[in-house]
Amino acid sequence: MALRNILGKRFGVGLAGRRPLSTATCDVESGNAKAINLYSAINQALLIALETDPRAFVFGEDVSFGGVFRCTTGLADRFGKARVFNTPLCEQGIVGFGIGLAAMGNRAIAEIQFADYIYPAFDQIVNEASKFRYRSGNQFNCGGLTIRAPYGAVGHGGHYHSQSPEAFFCHVPGIKVVIPRSPRQAKGLLLSCIRDPNPVVFFEPKWLYRLAVEEVPEHDYMLPLSEAEVIRQGSDITLVGWGAQLSIMEQACIEAERDGIFCELIDLKTLIPWDKETVEASVRKTGRVLISHEAPVTGGFGAEISASIVERCFLRLEAPVARVCGLDTPFPLVFEPFYMPTKNKILDAIKATVNY
Amino acid sequence: MAFCSRNSRNIINNLKSKVGLSRLMKPSSDCCYTSCLNNTNRCRFLAPQLRNPDSHSQNKGHFFCFQRFQSTTTEQHFASLPNGEHNQVLDFPGGNVVFSPEMQFLSESPGVYNPCYRVLDDNGQLISNSIFVQVSEEIAVKMYSNMATLQILDTIFYEAQRQGRISFYATTIGEEAINIASAAALTADDIVVPQYREPGVLLWRGFTLQEFANQCFGNKDDYGKGRQMPIHYGSNKHNYFTVSSTIATQIPHAVGAAYSLKMDKRDACAVTYFGDGGTSEGDFHAALNFAAVTESPVIFICRNNGWAISTPTSDQFRSDGIAVRGQAYGVRSIRVDGNDALAMYSAVHTAREMAVHEHRPILIEAVTYRVGHHSTSDDSTKYRPANEIEWWRMERDPVTRFRKWIETNGWWSGEAESQLRSSIQNQLLQAIQIAERAEKPPVKDLFTDVYDNIPWHLREQEKMVRETINRHPKDYPADVPF
Repeated sequence: MALRNILGKRFGVGLAGRRPLSTATCDVESGNAKAINLYSAINQALLIALETDPRAFVFGEDVSFGGVFRCTTGLADRFGKARVFNTPLCEQGIVGFGIGLAAMGNRAIAEIQFADYIYPAFDQIVNEASKFRYRSGNQFNCGGLTIRAPYGAVGHGGHYHSQSPEAFFCHVPGIKVVIPRSPRQAKGLLLSCIRDPNPVVFFEPKWLYRLAVEEVPEHDYMLPLSEAEVIRQGSDITLVGWGAQLSIMEQACIEAERDGIFCELIDLKTLIPWDKETVEASVRKTGRVLISHEAPVTGGFGAEISASIVERCFLRLEAPVARVCGLDTPFPLVFEPFYMPTKNKILDAIKATVNY
Repeated sequence: MAFCSRNSRNIINNLKSKVGLSRLMKPSSDCCYTSCLNNTNRCRFLAPQLRNPDSHSQNKGHFFCFQRFQSTTTEQHFASLPNGEHNQVLDFPGGNVVFSPEMQFLSESPGVYNPCYRVLDDNGQLISNSIFVQVSEEIAVKMYSNMATLQILDTIFYEAQRQGRISFYATTIGEEAINIASAAALTADDIVVPQYREPGVLLWRGFTLQEFANQCFGNKDDYGKGRQMPIHYGSNKHNYFTVSSTIATQIPHAVGAAYSLKMDKRDACAVTYFGDGGTSEGDFHAALNFAAVTESPVIFICRNNGWAISTPTSDQFRSDGIAVRGQAYGVRSIRVDGNDALAMYSAVHTAREMAVHEHRPILIEAVTYRVGHHSTSDDSTKYRPANEIEWWRMERDPVTRFRKWIETNGWWSGEAESQLRSSIQNQLLQAIQIAERAEKPPVKDLFTDVYDNIPWHLREQEKMVRETINRHPKDYPADVPF
């Protein structure tokens, strides 16, 4: 049977046409919602993915016993070792294997143990996965590939357990980069990523695996990709961020309000392709923008947002675009508190921007 | 001592009905290993210093002995210990290992070259007592026709590049047997994941001369929509993944594809090709290891043609080629004379049976020589003697060798030969003319297929490009419609 037939059946329009739920507008039929943490939400999403598609696979280092962050707990027992399995310790192999699996119309859900270790797979992601459809003239695609990796500061991770490498991947046409801020977001976004007909890199904020607890609906739901969400309304300045950093930014917003500064906070969620429209609309309202991310400031994704906003909203801007980000150093251990874009750094920048 | 699993015994029995001779491999000590030991140091496929035609010895029929199957199930890789030995054993996580008071390092070399499976001698005559899979006249003639077609395709397209009509080309000269014979031994359902020197596999499967030409000219009929350099073919209706220039990146894809076939319980395997250079890449190592652990039905075919652009194998690795590495990963392997179409066919056919029915990977090292330059961007006389190239082109041509075999069988003639060659030549020249005159794909195809749908930012960029084209039309090629 030619591949075309298999692929035609796999990526019908049906799934893409499903109306996704947005956590901002509805309480997601909270009939059956339980307070769970981030790794449990991820676990639920993976379970649903495996349950609803018999051609879904979850694989990576140590996923069989549940994974080093317990995201894959119980999955091997429930779905069997043929669908949930350990791979050898080899990221290029994990992603290369995943591309082949996805090219055959399967949903290949690969786990990279820490985002810090994703680089051996960079060639496979950039030169193969992202170009698979384009170079074949759409005869082939590996859209069923989703790569999950824990990213970000964890308080004691140092150089190799704290990195935020999203900027490297935002420079790659052909893939999507998605970062959830909370358990409820994570479940819906991950399901969307898994079902999206494009290869996706999904970074999970490891700091929030246990720390973040939220009401998460137990059923199958998806949140839209490439749609940013205004999670706090304001009129004085637009704040843009993603992942764990949003909760820090939110604290800054709360304190700023006490000083009469009303911040609009936007969760970008999908970094590429990103929702410029929502950010622009907000900037046109506030005239000021501040971007914050853990990754080092130089060449970080904040630079792209800044350049784009300046291009499009120059005359509306009342102040330069502010970026409050990690320093241009390897992620340090003892110096982590100095490296991080803290609430107070953000607050100071908000005030400086508003008083410009 | 060889272990024979039930499955492999069945395969051997099936082979029995197809073999040219009744003598069958036995897991015994009567293999002609001893005579191989004496002659393997003259194997001309292995060491670059021996590639000089003046230094080779006469080829002797008994030099290439048949390869025994080392048949084991995955759990029985290793012999179980005799009773009473347990106090001398360490039960480490991988299994029970016997202690030894001697400090013995495992040698970096097995001491003898891995023997090379061959069935036809250099004159295309069947070697006596050889084991092979019988090929019908129809298949054999089709194989030969395809090999000859590939030769002509290469010659004409190479010329077209020299004339400036296409931007780039890379030939498969010298490796026609690997391409065609391996393809012939596969089924149409097997997934092919190529490097870039395997257009013959696509040719065998029915890709037309016009389709080849369209891709090389990057016209609107190119399935790749003009996005890649020439020779980067791909065809989903032929189960042939699109070529990418990066070396060895395709190898782990084949493992994933094979795993999918296994899960779907398909009577099919994945086959991936790569050169000697590709085996140095991490992706090769990753793929073999994954294939063994996931027990995937994938055939790894290495075209060991002696050169990675200008890098000879002595600068590429210090192992005895590639097949010997299989065991290090727990992968069954064989070294085959890549210029012997019948041996290639037999080995791939048998490998496929094992891969599909036993869910195991197989590594095949096809030893050959890259007669052509690496590509039209290369002049290989800069790094190897011209007479060496000529010797391989004339004296070791796999196409001629196979032709002699089919002529011996009365299946081919000089008349058939000239008819075929002139017909293919005409068809090719016509295909090129048509491809050259055809329009290029439209500018909109620059922006499609990056994602499944065109995202907003690409629509914006397309708009900007169109505005620029209107303002400065002379900056842009006239044959790309917008």
